[in-house]
Formats: sequence, C-alpha cells, structure tokens
Amino acid sequence: MSESTAEERAASEVFGSRVARREDIPLLTGTGEYTDDVRLAGELHLAIRRSDHAHARLVNVDTSAAEAHEGVVAVFTGDDVAETGIPNSIPTAWSLPGLVTPQYRILAVDKVRHLGDGIAAVVAESREAAHDAAALVEVEYDPLDAVVDPVAAVSGDYPPVHDEAEDNVAFDFTLGDDALVDEAFASASHTVSVDLRQQRVIPNAMEPRAALADYDPHTEDLRIWMTSQNPHLHRMLLAGTSLGLPENKIQVIAPEVGGGFGSKIYHYPDEAVTAWCSMQLGSPVRWQATRSEGYLTDCHGRDHTTTAEMALDAEGTVLGMRVETYAGLGAHLSQFATATPSYLYATILSGQYAIPAIHCRVVGAFTNTTPVDAYRGAGRAEGNYVVERLMDVAAAELGVDAADLRRRNLVPADAFPYETCVAVVYDSGDYERAMDHALDLVGYDDLRERQAELRDEGRYLGIGVANFVESAGLSPSKAAGQLGAVAGGWESSIVRFDMSGTVTVLAGTADQGQGHRTTYAQIVARELGVPLDSVEVVEGDTDQIPQGMGTYGSRSAPVGGGSIALAARDVREKARTLAAHKLEASEDDLEFENGTFSVTGAPDRSIHIQEVAHEAYLGFDLPEGMDPGLEATQFYDPENFTFPFGTHVCVVEVDAETGEVAVERYVAVDDCGEVINPMIVEGQVHGGVAQGIGVALYEEGAYDDDGRLRTRRMDEYAVPAATMLPDFETDATVTPSPHNPLGVKGVGESATIGATPATVAAVCDALAPFGVTHLDMPLTPEKLWTAMREGEVS
Amino acid sequence: MSTHDITLTVNGTDHDLTVASRTLLVDALREELGYTGTHVGCETTRCGACTVLVDGRALKSCNVLAVQADGRAVETIEGVANGELHPVQEAFQTEHGLQCGYCTPGMVVTARALLDSNPDPSREEIREAIEGNLCRCTGYHNIVDAVESAAATLREDSA
Repeated sequence: MSESTAEERAASEVFGSRVARREDIPLLTGTGEYTDDVRLAGELHLAIRRSDHAHARLVNVDTSAAEAHEGVVAVFTGDDVAETGIPNSIPTAWSLPGLVTPQYRILAVDKVRHLGDGIAAVVAESREAAHDAAALVEVEYDPLDAVVDPVAAVSGDYPPVHDEAEDNVAFDFTLGDDALVDEAFASASHTVSVDLRQQRVIPNAMEPRAALADYDPHTEDLRIWMTSQNPHLHRMLLAGTSLGLPENKIQVIAPEVGGGFGSKIYHYPDEAVTAWCSMQLGSPVRWQATRSEGYLTDCHGRDHTTTAEMALDAEGTVLGMRVETYAGLGAHLSQFATATPSYLYATILSGQYAIPAIHCRVVGAFTNTTPVDAYRGAGRAEGNYVVERLMDVAAAELGVDAADLRRRNLVPADAFPYETCVAVVYDSGDYERAMDHALDLVGYDDLRERQAELRDEGRYLGIGVANFVESAGLSPSKAAGQLGAVAGGWESSIVRFDMSGTVTVLAGTADQGQGHRTTYAQIVARELGVPLDSVEVVEGDTDQIPQGMGTYGSRSAPVGGGSIALAARDVREKARTLAAHKLEASEDDLEFENGTFSVTGAPDRSIHIQEVAHEAYLGFDLPEGMDPGLEATQFYDPENFTFPFGTHVCVVEVDAETGEVAVERYVAVDDCGEVINPMIVEGQVHGGVAQGIGVALYEEGAYDDDGRLRTRRMDEYAVPAATMLPDFETDATVTPSPHNPLGVKGVGESATIGATPATVAAVCDALAPFGVTHLDMPLTPEKLWTAMREGEVS
Repeated sequence: MSTHDITLTVNGTDHDLTVASRTLLVDALREELGYTGTHVGCETTRCGACTVLVDGRALKSCNVLAVQADGRAVETIEGVANGELHPVQEAFQTEHGLQCGYCTPGMVVTARALLDSNPDPSREEIREAIEGNLCRCTGYHNIVDAVESAAATLREDSA
C-alpha cells in the first residue's frame, strides 16, 4: 500500500499538498450563507416555550394570552401536534438488548422531563413578537423530584423519568469475558483502581442551531434549510419517524454550517416542530435558537461515572481491566445516545495496549437533564480516558515512569491487524514510532530533569503523556445492523464529467468547516489527472445529491473519500475503454498519466480524459454497447473501521499559590494514515486539542440538585478563549490503512481524544508531590488549590 | 412601542431606517439592511461573532442599540475587502485561520482594529486582542499566525 501510494503521490502533486481552501473566500467576505441568512418571502417566526421545571406533570397549558399578542399567527401545544396523527417520534438510531424506548414527542404532552423540554410553539410575524408571546403562555405544573446524577438516578430513590423504566435504567450493557478478567485479577502482582467522573460538556458550535421550513400545501413538498451534519439522515427521519411524509417529498438543505462537533447530527424536536408549523400554516416558518436555548437543548456530551480497575504482573504488564460505568443519557434517548456509551466506548477500552482480558458494564440511566449524545471523540474519548488514567495511576503506584509503563504494553508494530479482547480489529499501526517521535519532540528526558530541579524550588511542572487509538468511520453496515444500528455505515458519491470536461462531485457527506470541497477535489484531481480548478464539489442538498450518510465519527475522508475515489476510478475505466476505441488501440496498451491516455511506445497517439469526456457526451462514435455520458455512482461500504492513533504530550506548570494551570507546551503526533492536505489535517488537530484541553481544564455543563442548568449562557460556560490555550507543536507519522482505497484513516476527533488524558495526566503529575494521583475534570484552580492544601509535599 | 428614524452609514453607504427602541445594531444590520456577514453567536457579548467597527472601533453589535449608532460610520465584514481581499483576509486563508467560518467576520474585523492601533503586535498581544472573539474550530494557533503574518504584510505595504 505505502509503495503504490508513494508512486501515485509523485504522479500528482495535488494530493498530499497544502492546497489553500476554496471554501474560504465567501466565509472571509461575509457572503457565505448560513441557515439564518436565507430569506424567503412571507416567512413567519417560531419561538418555542420551554419548560421551567426539570421534572413536572403538565396540569394545564393556557395559550390565550399568547394568541392575543400583537403579531401572533398561531400557538400550538403538544396536544395539537398529537391530534394531527403524525408519527410524532424522535427516534434513537441504535437498539441494544433490553433497551427501553419511551416515545420522544416533538412537543411534550403529559410531563416535562428536563429544563427546556418544548411545551408550546408560538408562530408570529416577527421574531420579537414570537419570543414575547412565548413568555405569555401560561403553564401550570405539578412538580416532581428531579435527578441529574446517573448513579443516583438508578438508586431507586427517585421517581422514574419515564413510566416505562421504573428503575430509570434504559439499558444494562456488558462486553468482554468476566471469568477471564477474574482470573487475571487473581493472578496479578498489583491491582490498581480509580473512580472517574467524565463531566457533562456542551458542544458550543459557534453557529446556534436553526431551521427554515417551507411547506407547499398544493404540491405537498417540504423544503427545509437546517444546520445539519447529515441532511439525508434528517430527510429520512423527518419522513419516517417525526412527520410521516413521503421521503421523496422532502428536500433538506444544509448550507454553510457553523461547526457541529456532533451536536448537529441528531434529529431534534425543534426542526420537526418548525416543519410541522409550516405544514399547518402553509407559510415558510423560521426558527433560530438563541445561545441560551442551545445550552438547554443541544445534546450534551460525556456524563460518565466510572470505577475502573487494572491488574498487572510484577513487570508492569497489564493482565486485565474491569470497568463499570454509569452513563447519563438525559431525559430522552437521542439518536446515538445508546451507541456512544456502549459500542463506541467499550470496544476501545484496550487503547494502544495488548490487554488479554477486559470486562465492561455500562448502565445507561435516564435523568432529568438535556439529552446526552455524541460529542467530538464520542465514546472513544471516554474509553481512552479510562485506560490512560489507569496507566498513570498504575505507574504512580508501581513507581514506574508513566511513558515506560505504556511502552511495555503497546501493541507491537508487527502484530497488525490486531484483534483486541473487546471485539475490534485494529487495521494498522506503529504505536511505538509515534510515541518515540512525540517524546523526542518534547525532549522528555530533559523535561523530567527540569521537573526535578523546579520541584526543589517549589515550582510544580507536570508532564502528561497520552497514547490513543480511535475507531473512525463506523462500519461495515452489515455488522452495524447486526449490533442494533438502524442505518448503515456506507457512503455514496457521484463523480460526473460534463461535456466540456469539468468534473462535479456530488458527495453524501456534509461539511461543517472540515474543508471537504478542497480535499475531495484533491482526491479527484489525482484519480482523474485533471486540474484542481476543473473539479467542483457539491454537498449538503438532498435534491442535488441522491443519497448520503453525512459527516460525523471521522468518516468523511475514509468513507466519503473512499466512495469518491472509487467512483472516480470507475469513471477512469470507462474513459479508458472509450480512449482505446478512439486511439484504435487495446485497453491493455494504454498508459494513463496526468489525465492523458497514451499508447505504450507511441506517446503521440494520445487523448486527454477531458477530450474523452467530450466524446462520451457527443455519443457519435462510441464502442459497441457503450452508453453515452461519463459518470459513476459508488456506494462504498468499508470492510472495517479505520484506527487513527497517536501520542500527545502536555506540559503544564501549576501555580502553587493560586492553583492556576499554565499549559507551557503541547506536542501532538498524530497518525491518520495517508494525508490528503496537511494544512487541513493540522487545523483539525489544533481544533481537536483545543476542545480536549477545554474538557480537561475548563468546561462543564453543571446542574444543581433540582435539575437547573447552572451554565446557561456563554459567559457561564468556559469555551476556551485565545488566552487560555498555548501554541501547538504538531507532527505526523504515516501508517496507511490497508483496506481503504486511499489509505486514509480520518482525523476529525483524534486530537480531542488524546488531549484530555494528556492534559489531566500533566496536571496530576505536577501535583504528585502533594500525593495526588487523580483528580476529576474540569481541573479548576479552586480544585487544584484545595488538593495542594490537603496534600503534603513529599 | 416607540420607533426612531436613524441614519446608519454602513461601509460608506447611508441608510435611512426606522427602528424600534430595542432594536439591536446587529439586528438592524442583518434583518433591516441585509448585511448577513455579521453573525450572532451568543447574544451575551461573549463570543464576538457580531463584532463590527463603529467609527473605527471594534464593538459587539449585539450589545449596541441601533439608535446608538445613529449617524455613525459602521464597517461590517462586507466592507473589509475592497475589490480584492484585505491583507488580513488573505492571511487568514493562507494560514488556515478559519474552519467553519462563523466567527471569522468578527475575528477579521477585530484583527483589523488591532493592527490599526498596534502594527507590530506580539503573539501574546494578538491573543489578548482576540480574547473576546471565540472560535470553536481552530484552537486559535493559526489565527494568531494569520494576524502576525498580516501585520508583517501591512508594515511592508506602508513602508
């Protein structure tokens, strides 16, 4: 794989180069069009009246005052929605054995289950009138006890969030061989244990969610612009599960999307309500979330409470791990809420290490909080965090260097493909090479010396090393289906020449800033040998692109890119047949280089693929049996996940007086297989590290005991600012994926997965003299100050 | 609700309009005048996506009433490029200082205001200047690179 890739790279300088992004100009000049920038004639504005209680029965909803407000067109309640007989269900997309799935309606009818649950839809002639009137909806509640903590929720001390689950357990999932793990612990020389809390985080894409729905009552067509990471999935869910419309009467358009990080994957009630209101009124209806509304309704991430244990032998070889996790799911089951803490979490607990026995139990708990779903790194971030924290705690207790202990347990480079004991097969990797490189770059040994010197001066430097492995591009579809998924993991693309020789790619993925229009064009330019400027990439419109699955789970390059490469190769092969016909040569005698087919040994007998395209559309002189036109559709279903990996090193200094953390250095070595555009990969790593550090040091979606979210505005939730983050030092190793048409692995989430444990390890390492081996995130100055006051300098 | 007749000079063009007392400058720009390059990210002045220049000073337009901008010169992102990209915009592209682009107009406008007052900022000073503009995609490193590089270009141009 690597040899042929190197040859191909030489053949075209476009693939693998720092090509400037073609999507930038509209974004830099203010002409880029996001959902809330789209304007339709006669549009009405929707505001949603949301619950003031975390848990309450709805006694009465009085809409009369709101209806009487100037400019109000209509006010609808959950009963009004139910009376129209639509399916009225926001689905979960992954079933698990024994899963309890209460109906998640698009507006509440009997009970509200979290602060911000939608109660009434107010449609008015202006946004201001809609919001003013929403405040006038009078809601009479009968409050119930609320529970926010996943462990407490299943304790039997709280009323059920849903009558269907009296014990608040949505699922009880296990993976791994319990007996084998017991044996490992019985034979171990050392066992270590750590209690971990992975707090709730809130994605905070800079663009709040929005929808603009336009239903035509005459043609019964619904067109909806929305902030979507996967417009085709939204089309399917709007059709089948919430509104009950024919799928082919719905057009979903995701124009520019201002960041997603998972939060814009899911089918939320809000865009279904927006569309439903447009259907009732026959007018375009616009809904734009405010940021504070976003805090209450965008799916939160993480929310795990875990006890993790590790068994090791006398040499520090890991013999086994036992993990028990209570995963908060919030008040409703969101789309991937069930898959994230089960299959995406338990299957990655082996990290980069050869561990013979792991057992994991996950209890998914309903709580009176905003639904929890996948956030950047979903499941993989939580799983790697567990094994990396255990490595650090074990190293501290064994008195071994944390990097050394990791090295002793790495899956060796000659062991791939490597089957873990938690049911996945890592495709390829050279973990030690990346780790060595990262430790070299940061100057690990020198840093340890400097750390000792500074400690003598009463200064607390900390060095955190984290290894990680990610499973990217959920696949293959058949396996996913057998495990409970309701949709496959394929991707579909069309590569189409037109008559004048330019190429259009219709891609089923959907960009939220990842630069697909640039990287996909780079793929096609290489495969077809055409200039980059000849390639256009279209995404995010279900009427233009027939099928697709969208962008999440680091799938765009490996799965979307794979489908594009294969479609381009199909196009190339048809072009080869036509070229052979035009050149009166055998196909086997044709060489293809830089877009030109030429007869071997007779380079003057040649034809460029763009001329071939012209001939294909003329259709005057085609080989016997060949149809006119030059395009191909591919549905690419990978044979496995890809497994990007890397090593991140974080260096911090903790101020002993204030507990403040200064991140002094951050070194990231990532291996995402072949690199299409190093500039874009680097950008993804930077952003991922920023979010990973954010989780470790700053961010928390916090509730009080009554289920009131305490972080409801952007000035209450610490999205890291420029002064809170360091410059980043990044580099890469390249270990191609052996089963992917491009050898790429994906990079969208890797850095977030690596950065959180690296940063926590650095801070805990800094506080080692105070007897600290672990502290829960976020590592606020107050928490560190307290730990230092309580600890003793040893 | 009382209304006011005001004049906003946006990117050199005078606009006469009637606004409600409570109308925010960002809503006047976006909803009344169609300058949708200015984005709303948080409505609490934290994120800076709505930053515009008012009489040359970077302000968060979600925190300014439209009536307060009566008679003033407002520059939005639509006015930054003058036929060709401004060196700040060019540097953002070259240094990959944007991903989703939602914060970018506010970021570019803020960077422009910084370089007007401090043509040779340190990386530290750049980070401080953009502290009020949040970006969730880039981790800021490339934005700092872009502002640094734009500063160098502008110094060369004016030398």
